[in-house]
Amino acid sequence: MGKHYIPNSAHKEEMLREIGFKSIEDLFSDVPKGFVKEFNLPEGKSEYEVFLEMNEIVNKNKTVLEMPTFLGAGAYFHYVPAHVKYLIERSEFITSYTPYQAEISQGMLQALFEYQSLIGELVGLEIVNASMYDWGTALGEAARMAARVKKKNKFVVPKHIHPERNMVLKTFVEGADIEIEYVKWNEKGQMDLEELKEKAKNAAGVYVELPNFFGIIEEQIKEIGEIAHENDALFVVGVDPTILGIIEAPGSLGADIVVGEASFLGSALNFGGPRAGIFATKNERALIRQMPGRIIGMTRDAEGKRAFVMTLQTREQHIRRAKATSNICSNEALVAVAAAIHLASLGPKGLKNLGEIILKNTAYFKKRLSEVAEIPFDAINFKDVPATFEIPYPIIHERLLERGIHGGFYLKPYFPELDESALLAVTETTRREWIDELVRNIGEIINEAEL
Amino acid sequence: MFRQAKWDEPLIFELSKPGRLGFTLPEPIEDIEVQIPEDLRRKSLELPEVSEPEVVKHYTRLSEMNYGVDSGIYPLGSCTMKYNPKINEEFANHPKVAFIHPYQDPRTVQGALQIMWELEQWLKEITGMDRFTLQPAAGANGEFTGVMIIRAYHLDRGEAQRNEIIVPDSAHGTNPASAAMAGFKVIEIPSNEQGMVDLEALENAVSEKTAGIMLTNPNTLGIFEEDILEIAKIVHKAGGLLYYDGANLNGILGKIRPGDMGFDVVHINLHKTFSTPHGGGGPGAGPVGVKKHLMDYLPVPLVEFDGEKYYLNYDLPKSIGKVKEFYGNFAVLVRALTYLKIMGRDGLREVAEIAVLNANYLTQKLKGTRGYELPHKELRKHEVVFSAEPMRKEMGVKALDVAKRLLDFGLHAPTIYFPLIVHEALMIEPTETVSKEELDAYVEALKRISEEAYTNPEIVKSAPHNTAVRRVDDVLAAKKPIITWRMYKELKKKGEVEY
Repeated sequence: MGKHYIPNSAHKEEMLREIGFKSIEDLFSDVPKGFVKEFNLPEGKSEYEVFLEMNEIVNKNKTVLEMPTFLGAGAYFHYVPAHVKYLIERSEFITSYTPYQAEISQGMLQALFEYQSLIGELVGLEIVNASMYDWGTALGEAARMAARVKKKNKFVVPKHIHPERNMVLKTFVEGADIEIEYVKWNEKGQMDLEELKEKAKNAAGVYVELPNFFGIIEEQIKEIGEIAHENDALFVVGVDPTILGIIEAPGSLGADIVVGEASFLGSALNFGGPRAGIFATKNERALIRQMPGRIIGMTRDAEGKRAFVMTLQTREQHIRRAKATSNICSNEALVAVAAAIHLASLGPKGLKNLGEIILKNTAYFKKRLSEVAEIPFDAINFKDVPATFEIPYPIIHERLLERGIHGGFYLKPYFPELDESALLAVTETTRREWIDELVRNIGEIINEAEL
Repeated sequence: MFRQAKWDEPLIFELSKPGRLGFTLPEPIEDIEVQIPEDLRRKSLELPEVSEPEVVKHYTRLSEMNYGVDSGIYPLGSCTMKYNPKINEEFANHPKVAFIHPYQDPRTVQGALQIMWELEQWLKEITGMDRFTLQPAAGANGEFTGVMIIRAYHLDRGEAQRNEIIVPDSAHGTNPASAAMAGFKVIEIPSNEQGMVDLEALENAVSEKTAGIMLTNPNTLGIFEEDILEIAKIVHKAGGLLYYDGANLNGILGKIRPGDMGFDVVHINLHKTFSTPHGGGGPGAGPVGVKKHLMDYLPVPLVEFDGEKYYLNYDLPKSIGKVKEFYGNFAVLVRALTYLKIMGRDGLREVAEIAVLNANYLTQKLKGTRGYELPHKELRKHEVVFSAEPMRKEMGVKALDVAKRLLDFGLHAPTIYFPLIVHEALMIEPTETVSKEELDAYVEALKRISEEAYTNPEIVKSAPHNTAVRRVDDVLAAKKPIITWRMYKELKKKGEVEY
């Protein structure tokens, strides 16, 4: 089946004859005998049959639209304007590839240049690449880049780094002999500066997240950057871009490299992917030369007209091979363009407004949560809020599910010192009734359990 | 005659008018005052202010200055730019796919887990591997995963001295780059005059330091490595493993399996072989499959099925960890499974057969045209590499010029200057989804360019003429980098840029 995608299925004999072959098998005469085999797979089906089958499968999922869901922890339910999806589904964009032929690919090149520019404005840095796979892989590349630039092999991160991201980081640095050092958090759920001062010695890079994994805004971010620089380390900041309408650009706070997650703008949750990693750095030769990924530049054409092209490619795998700054080839271009369109649509007021709404909703959520849980850290939260419960959290989680509510991310397996805590999150999409229901139900569940 | 749209479309920043909004947001639940410390508060933010209709017009115009698979033939060698079925998009964008969170309780995402599990079963049978991870986001991310698994395997067996990966000189650049990222020393071996792995060179390269070899089969010349069993024997005997770069799987799909050729690890590109769109550079997906002896090292989590329900298995103590957040590019996986179900056993085999027929048809039709030569053996699989070296020598017309001139006819160029072992390479991969007429038109265009090269070379050297912009100055782009709006503004203010 699927012959409707294969026009020449209807012309095999004719084409073979024209080029002097007797059969299709002749075209495979260079394959050693016995290699060709029958596969044990289902026969093809019509589009309608597959439509029914796939519908049945996807309908087994219960979405965040069908149950109030308080999951965050690195993936958030934001509403994406309808026109964003409409535009990135333009077939000229979605069915194209890496713009190797610049002249016929100006649309994608300019859109990616605009993505780089918009992110540059957000993070306050001049050099931005056209995307990495996601925040975690961008962080892995940042650690490797810091080690190359500083010729040192220690990378310092908070102990409260996102566990998922931490695992990606560890895999990425394994082959480069980079050692990861973890700095504990203080009573405010933020990086402990005294310990950082010790651990930053001989570091190639110091990393902090904004907001951090607990959803907390690290208030001493400038000081962290200063400690990094005092130790001749690069200061790497990981950001959720939706906070940057209300928080100062990391570049202005001392960051040498900014990584982050672009898909928080322009993309749906999609069960965690595709995503797109932000990667930005200062306009310094030593940094640019070590930068991973595709970079789009503005130039002119033969008639002097403005044009765009992939540039600074001598860093990349197709030219430098084993000596490239990274192996990345395909990136997440379309996800980046979606983020750009979403950002451009928000504009400066919209992004600020979005940040404020989330900040207020989080504050409200925290206040309500404190009716049924203890909030372990006194700090400013954005989206995620850690909460500690009197009874084992999995019991609450399970009973909430029975009542059609999805709770948060259980912290104990990753951070046992936080005991029966979970990370619960809200965004601009969260409704008051959802929070009411959550709090009421948690209260009931705890009461029932204590009886 | 082809004419691409030529909008003089400004940057989105240049369209900005104060006060315009492109989107409205809901009100906060309660208007609670939250004080952000003064020094952390955002001082200024220069984003464009544009309305929704302006945004839509802007990006629609940009899209009109872009060329995709839906625009015409896109025979970019090694990229498998096949048609992307639209039913795939319907499910990738389905609310039941879009609105699920990766940390949801497995009982609420049985459909998603079933998609991953089913896709794995298909891929196992197609490649002859025993287990798959769907986590890698792209081919290179898959390669990195694969070589990290090879590394973990040797370390686990107490063979830390195995720190060399062998790569043929015709390999994709990502192969040596991925091996180096995993900490391996890369040993490059030459190809023989047939364009295949030189067995003698391989014999000399293997040693007790060999961790493995990375191979593409059919290779980047589109040639099937006939000695694959011999290669496998040499590498395995030396204690190394075989890595299969699946970039070219389309040439053997549904007929021949890497697992039967002796490969221990494979990655495949769902955005190439399994019809998911390339998105202007991504997202793709690069699942990695392994034979039994490497299963313990796969990234976490794996998707399991106990006969009743699907679940995520994190219990792999020897796992290399994670190579990407969550479970990979899930929406891409949805597209690939939709495609596989439609194609089935019979359809997949047809893919390889017609892809190979199309490549050989084009080879035979173009062969003998003045200015192009066909190095190495004639019989190809899914792609063919011609050389424009005679044209360059005789008339100064290079592969780059040929590529640019093709654009003038509304045809996408082949991959050029790759593989590195062919001078002035034109690497053409038509795929199975183009028609005979499109192939004929492509050959005609290449013949016409040859004629022009020998009669009016200027028209080729100054191409393209019919695209949104004329030949782009990439030397200037590298010499005077302008990467962002803020860089541009600075230079413009200083009067250092006129475009």
